[in-house]
Amino acid sequence: MNPVPPRLSCPLPIMDHDRVQLAHGSGGLLSAQLIDRLFLPRFANPILNRLEDQATLELPAGRVAMSTDTFVVDPIFFPGGSIGDLAVNGTVNDVAMSGAPPLYLAAAFVLEEGLPMADLHRVLVAMEEAARVAGVVVVTGDTKVVPRGACDKIFITTTGIGVVPEGVTISAASLRPGDAIILSGTLADHGMAILTTRQGLSFHSRIQSDTAALYGLVAAMLAVCPTIHALRDPTRGGAATTLNEFVRSSRVGIELEEGRITVRPEVQGACEVLGIDPLFVANEGKLIAAVPGEAAAGVLAAMRNHPQGREAAIIGRVTAQHPGLVVLRTALGAERIVEMPVAEQLPRIC
Amino acid sequence: MRFVDEYRDPELARRLLAEIRATVTRPWTIMEICGGQTHAIMKHGLDQLLPPEIELVHGPGCPVCVTPLEKIDRAIAIAGRPAVIFTSFGDMLRVPGSCQDLFMVRAAGGDVRMVYSPLEAVKLARQYPECEVVFFAVGFETTAPGNALAIRQAAREGLANFSALASHVLVAPAMRYLLSQPTNRVQGFLAAGHVCTVMGLEEYEPLAAEFKVPMVVTGFEPVDILEGILLTVRQLEKGEHRVENQYGRSVQPRGNPAARQVIDEVFEVADRGWRGIGIIPASGLAIRARYASHDAEKKFAVTAITATEPTGCVSGRILQGLTKPPACPAFGRACSPAHPLGATMVSSEGACAAYYRYQRRAVLS
Repeated sequence: MNPVPPRLSCPLPIMDHDRVQLAHGSGGLLSAQLIDRLFLPRFANPILNRLEDQATLELPAGRVAMSTDTFVVDPIFFPGGSIGDLAVNGTVNDVAMSGAPPLYLAAAFVLEEGLPMADLHRVLVAMEEAARVAGVVVVTGDTKVVPRGACDKIFITTTGIGVVPEGVTISAASLRPGDAIILSGTLADHGMAILTTRQGLSFHSRIQSDTAALYGLVAAMLAVCPTIHALRDPTRGGAATTLNEFVRSSRVGIELEEGRITVRPEVQGACEVLGIDPLFVANEGKLIAAVPGEAAAGVLAAMRNHPQGREAAIIGRVTAQHPGLVVLRTALGAERIVEMPVAEQLPRIC
Repeated sequence: MRFVDEYRDPELARRLLAEIRATVTRPWTIMEICGGQTHAIMKHGLDQLLPPEIELVHGPGCPVCVTPLEKIDRAIAIAGRPAVIFTSFGDMLRVPGSCQDLFMVRAAGGDVRMVYSPLEAVKLARQYPECEVVFFAVGFETTAPGNALAIRQAAREGLANFSALASHVLVAPAMRYLLSQPTNRVQGFLAAGHVCTVMGLEEYEPLAAEFKVPMVVTGFEPVDILEGILLTVRQLEKGEHRVENQYGRSVQPRGNPAARQVIDEVFEVADRGWRGIGIIPASGLAIRARYASHDAEKKFAVTAITATEPTGCVSGRILQGLTKPPACPAFGRACSPAHPLGATMVSSEGACAAYYRYQRRAVLS
């Protein structure tokens, strides 16, 4: 059973077709009907409502942060969210990792002919709610329909922009020896929610995606430490990839403590069954920060006071030793490398 | 997490390590048979914590690693045909054959799908009667019951479009082969707990007696492995050579009779080639004549495809415990998981891949 949509007060408007037709992407009458009845009611705002070929925006002074991402997740609905949540949260989080509050989003949709209107509506409702929570407005967009089989149900590309506050310069190249590495919560929830849903594996308690917008947490961190060195949300490739990107960009090493990294028991169970390392699994509502050592305690306290950072922990530190390598001290006191994944993790035979 | 955390308990591990240190008086070479154990040893860094007298060498128990090149080439040949749905466990898809892997077949238009159970492949055969559905039945005695069950199920349902490309290997004959070599260095074995869960302990008694080596059936968590090592060292120090069961929570002396029965119904013992080693007599499972119509090698007439292992890779010696990955000049340089030169680097459970993944810092520095 799929989770219920977050708002029950917006039923699917009456449409002439219960499935997306090629003509819905033709630019003609059906296209206009789709936009008017399905898209505009969800994202209505003064900029979008002008329906110009472009959005014209007033931005505060400062450096503009911009990020774009395409979402192709299968299944499009999963425990804890949908492709609509990801399309908003994924992009606003990439903007937020610069320290900028996300302001505006552009959204482009590729729809597969035959997609049920009810599914499209449900995705749009999820996007509306996610945008509301993240505090962004969708100011421009596009919709295309491709023949059945030319894409898988729905692909969404979103582009977000925000303005970086003065004095904030966050970069993966800014880690310094002595920095603390802070992880905002548990690992691998999103990736394992997708994998177990896709495979129809059921566990005692259902694994939920952690998809969430993270700017609120970032703002709470910046309020106590405007000189955060690096921030990244460990999505595809997981925490291992983010940490390896840090050490490569900054030419430093990172030492992790295995015992400080937390994984929910049901997620750990699914990882054990499938032979997958949670360090390599995608997250959609977590961040990893490198902060100056002396500021670590304050940042950690601020994070734990925020709903998205209750389980935050200092999981390691930056060192001048072994530049380019992430080394993990195991619970038993030995050391091992945490490598950059070669490719997609594949379940083992035995 | 229950049933995992207690076997990763650092305090218990420290106590076992202290006991191993107190027991050992001279050098011993112990082989862990299973790739899953090698992986756990490297992942948890157990080799770094053991006293220097104990050398762990890594056995041939990685089914992906020992699958012969020609078997992979046959899989690739079948998977590339039209109207074939080729299914496999995930980690076989990346293993290079002579010139490509199954991912490349998929990119070129082949219908290659990853499944988590052979019964999923049977389901596909039911769902797509117009297609030939082939399952790459790879593994040791651990996956053999499930794979046998799938073949039997397809036969019972009359699914003529289901077949299996069988590449099953058996552990005990490989241990006999290793012990029979004049170059053998192994003085004690950690036998593979999961294999024994299916097969029981019977096959090991004659091996332990004939070759005078202790054999301790061992699990896969750090505490299991350390306890297995402790039991082996105790026997070695006392000059004993018995079969002992560390993995009692899973392994019964007679194994799993129902699983053994279905293996025996569908498969028969046959000579088998091991990548990097060569043919070991009576070390594999072939599909019985009764189920020949579900044997993909016969159905697609691919037995003529043969391949020669490239020279210059020491994986055969590594699989026999004669050398270790750090001793190979190509390790981490010409050979890495992204560009594997041989069997033990291709699978995440191969010894070279485990060293590369977790311990290459110590090796390369």
